[in-house]
Amino acid sequence: MKQEQSSNLLEQEINTQLNIYIMKKVFKSIFATSAIIALFASCGGPSGSNKGALSGNAAEKVYVAPGEHDSHYAFISGGFSGQLSVYGLPSGRLFRVIPVFSQDPEKGYGYNEETKPMLMTSHGFIPWGDSHHPDISQTEGTLDGRWVFINENNTPRIARISLKTFETEEIIEIPNSAGNHSSSYVTENSEYVVAGTRFAIPFPQRDMPINEMKGNFKGALSFLSIDQETGHMDIAWQIKMPGFDYDKCHPGRGASSDWFFFTTYNTEESHTLMEVNASQNDKDFIAAINWKKIEEYVANGGGTKTPAKYAHNNWDDDTHTATTTWENEVLVVDPTEIPGAFYFLPTAKSPHGCDVDPTGEYIVGSGKLAAAMTIHSFSKMIKAIENKSFDGDAYGIPIIQFEAVNYGMLTQPGLGPLHTEFDSRGNAYTTFFISSEVVKWNIKDLKIIDRHPVYYSVGHLMIPGGNSRTPDDKYMVAMNKITKDRYLPTGPEVCQSAQLFDISGEKMELLLDFPTIGEPHYAAGIAADKIEANTTKIYRLADNKHPYAVKSEAETKVVRKGNEVHIYMSMIRSHFSPDNIEGVKVGDKVFFHVTNLEQDYDVPHGISMIGANTSELLIMPGRTSTFTWNPKQVGVWPFYCTDFCSALHQEMQGYVRVSPKGSSVPITYTLDDEVPGTEEEF
Amino acid sequence: MKIIILSLVTITALFFTSCGGEKSIESQQAEDTIKENVDEVIPEKTSETSDEMTNKGIGPISSIELGEIDDALAMTGRELFKINCTACHKFGKRYIGPALAGLTDRRSPEWIMNMILNPDVMVVEDPIAKALLEEYSSPMANQQLTEDEARAIFEFIRTRN
Repeated sequence: MKQEQSSNLLEQEINTQLNIYIMKKVFKSIFATSAIIALFASCGGPSGSNKGALSGNAAEKVYVAPGEHDSHYAFISGGFSGQLSVYGLPSGRLFRVIPVFSQDPEKGYGYNEETKPMLMTSHGFIPWGDSHHPDISQTEGTLDGRWVFINENNTPRIARISLKTFETEEIIEIPNSAGNHSSSYVTENSEYVVAGTRFAIPFPQRDMPINEMKGNFKGALSFLSIDQETGHMDIAWQIKMPGFDYDKCHPGRGASSDWFFFTTYNTEESHTLMEVNASQNDKDFIAAINWKKIEEYVANGGGTKTPAKYAHNNWDDDTHTATTTWENEVLVVDPTEIPGAFYFLPTAKSPHGCDVDPTGEYIVGSGKLAAAMTIHSFSKMIKAIENKSFDGDAYGIPIIQFEAVNYGMLTQPGLGPLHTEFDSRGNAYTTFFISSEVVKWNIKDLKIIDRHPVYYSVGHLMIPGGNSRTPDDKYMVAMNKITKDRYLPTGPEVCQSAQLFDISGEKMELLLDFPTIGEPHYAAGIAADKIEANTTKIYRLADNKHPYAVKSEAETKVVRKGNEVHIYMSMIRSHFSPDNIEGVKVGDKVFFHVTNLEQDYDVPHGISMIGANTSELLIMPGRTSTFTWNPKQVGVWPFYCTDFCSALHQEMQGYVRVSPKGSSVPITYTLDDEVPGTEEEF
Repeated sequence: MKIIILSLVTITALFFTSCGGEKSIESQQAEDTIKENVDEVIPEKTSETSDEMTNKGIGPISSIELGEIDDALAMTGRELFKINCTACHKFGKRYIGPALAGLTDRRSPEWIMNMILNPDVMVVEDPIAKALLEEYSSPMANQQLTEDEARAIFEFIRTRN
C-alpha cells in the first residue's frame, strides 16, 4: 500500500527526525539547489501556453452583464496595505477596500476622532498593519456569513469585520506574540478564533542575549473566545508552547473538530541566518492540540493569570465611536500540565500550510522545502495516542512516531508546496510557489489528477468554503506573488494578482486574471446569497446615539468652550447647516461634528476643510463623524462636500471666518442668513 | 433666500457640471430633449388644474379617505416633519424644494404620500415630479419613512394649508 511505499521512501528521514530539535544536518547543497530552481522558475516562468483565458467559453464564464450581480464574494487579504478587499466572483471586480489595520483617508478611517482608537496598541497609535488571513465565521462547519476575521502580522492583532456593514468592529492585540501569522482561523462553530505566533520570543518579554534563545524563547498560541450574539472577542487562554515558529493552522472538523493543528518551522530554534539554519531538520512538526481539553482544564480553574498589557478596541455602532480598553492579564496554559491535549506530528520539512480536508480525517502538511507532501491521518493519530506510539518528546510534548500517524506522502507533486484547499468530491488543490502551479490530487489515492501553471509564484489559493466541511466547489482563486508581464507595466512596481479557475470539471480551467491590492496572502469566499440580503443600507437617524449628533437642522449650532470650538453641523443634499461661521480665532481647536441627515441608500456626503491636518470625512446616511482643525491663518476659509452627491454638489460649501488671536468677534453661525432653529415655524 | 434660477439655466448648469467641460454633441442633444420635455409637462405653478389634482402619483398609496384633521396624528407628524423634511422644505418660501403652503390645494393626498414614500420612482416617471426635479435640480430625498409616518406628516401638512 501507499503507506508502506512511502515509509520505505522516507525511512532514512524518519530515523533522523528523532530528537529533532538537537540534531543538525548540513543541507546547504540542497538549499542552494532549491534556490537556483527558485530563481529559474521566477525568471523564466513555466513553459507551455499562458493564454488559458483566451477561449470564448472562458470569457462567457466570467462575464457578469451590466447591472447583474456576481454569484460569490471573495474577501482577499490586502497584505501589506493592511486592509481587506472585497471582490466579486466570477467577474474579479473590486467592490470595496475595507480599512482594518491601516489608516484610510478615503473613508476617514484612523483619521476621524471616532475611528482613531481602532488603531491603538500597547506600542501607541500605529497607522499601518500587515493583514494576512481572512476567515469567515462558521456554524456546524459551514460558512455562515456573520463576520470575517483577519490577523495583523507585524503588531500582533486580530480584527473582526461585520458582514452586515462591511466595517471593522473590533481589533484585539495579542500579547506575548510576534509575527501573528498562524492566525486567524475559526473553530467549526466559531467558538474560538486562533492566533499563533510566528516568531518565538521571550514570554513574557525581557532583556536577554539573543543567542541564548534556544530553550528560553517560547511560542504563544492564543485562543480568542467569540460571543455568539455580538461577536466580541476575548483572549480565553494562551498556550506557552516551545520556542518554535508557528506558521499556519487549521481546525479539525467532524470527528477531529475538538482539535486544532499548527505547522511549525525552525524547530532547530536558530536565532540567525534562518534561511539556512532553520532549514536543517528534515522534518518539523504539526502540533495537534485538543482545545476542548484545554477548555475543560481552564473551566476547572487551570492556567495561570499572568500580567500582560494589550489594547482591546471596540466599535460601538450606536455611538459610531470606538473605544480602547486596556487589558491587564492573560490566562497562560502550560502544555505539560494537560496530558492528552498536546502532540507533535513529524512533518516533512518546514511546512507552511496545515490544512484539514472536509471530512476531518486528513491533515495535509505542505512542507515547502520537501520533495513530498505529508498527509497525516486523524484516526491513525488517535490510535497512536492510545498505543503510545511515541518517539520521545519535545519539551515534554510527546512526538508521535511518523509511521503511526502518517497516511501517506504525495510524491513529486511540484516544488515548494504552500497551501491546500479542498472540493467536495475528495480532491485537494495545492499551490506550488517555486514551480508556479496548482496541482489537483485525490486525497485517498494520493494520485495527481491535473496540474495547471499560474503566473507566477503562487502563494495561497481559495475555494469558497474550501477550508470548511462544505466546499462550494465551482471556483478556485490562485493568489500570485509575482506578476511580471501579465499586465501593462506601471514602472518597477507592478500589481500582484489573482487568477480564477473553474474547478467543476476533471481539469482545472483558467478563466481570468485580475489585479489585487497589496499582497493577496489568503482569501475567504462565500456565496453572495449568504450575505447580500443582510447588508445594512442606511443607519437610522433615530438610532444615532453619537454625543454630538444632530437630528435636524434646527439642532445645529456652534459652541465655544475655552479655545475649543465645537461645530454641530448637518449635511443633506446639498448644503451644510450652518454654512457661515464666524468668531473662530487663530489658535483655536475646532471640532467639526458632522451628521449626515440623509436616510436614503447610497447617499454619503463628505467634508473637508482647507488647512486641516487630517483627512476628509466620508459620512454614511444617519451617521455622525468628527474631524479637528487648528486654524493657523487669519481669513475666510471654505469647506466643501468631497463626495459628489447631487447636481448641486458643487454648491455644497460654506465659509469659516478666522479672526486673530484675542479678537472680540463673537461666535455666530447661520444658514441662509438665519440662525438654524430660530424660526418659530418651518 | 436668494435662489433665483431659471429652469433652463439650471439644466444647462447641470449638464455643464456633469460633463465637466465643453458640451458634447450628445449632451446638446440631451439638453434639447429635456427642453422639449419641459415644454410638454405642466410647469410648477400655483394655478390649480384638474389634471394635477387627479394625478395620484406612482407608489404604494392608491387612495386615502380624508376626515376631520386628527390633531394627535398631526402632532406626531409635526415632529417627523421637523426631523425629516425641514432641511429642504419651508411652508412660506421656496427653499431647497418647493414651498409647501397651499400644497393640498394643488396636489392630491395620494400624490403627496407617494412623493414622500417613493420619490426615486416619482422623479423618473411621474410628470409633475419630473418637472419639479428639472426646476429644482435637487431630487426629493427618500427618507425611508413608513406609510404611517408619511400619513402623519401629511396630516401635519393639512394643518398648515
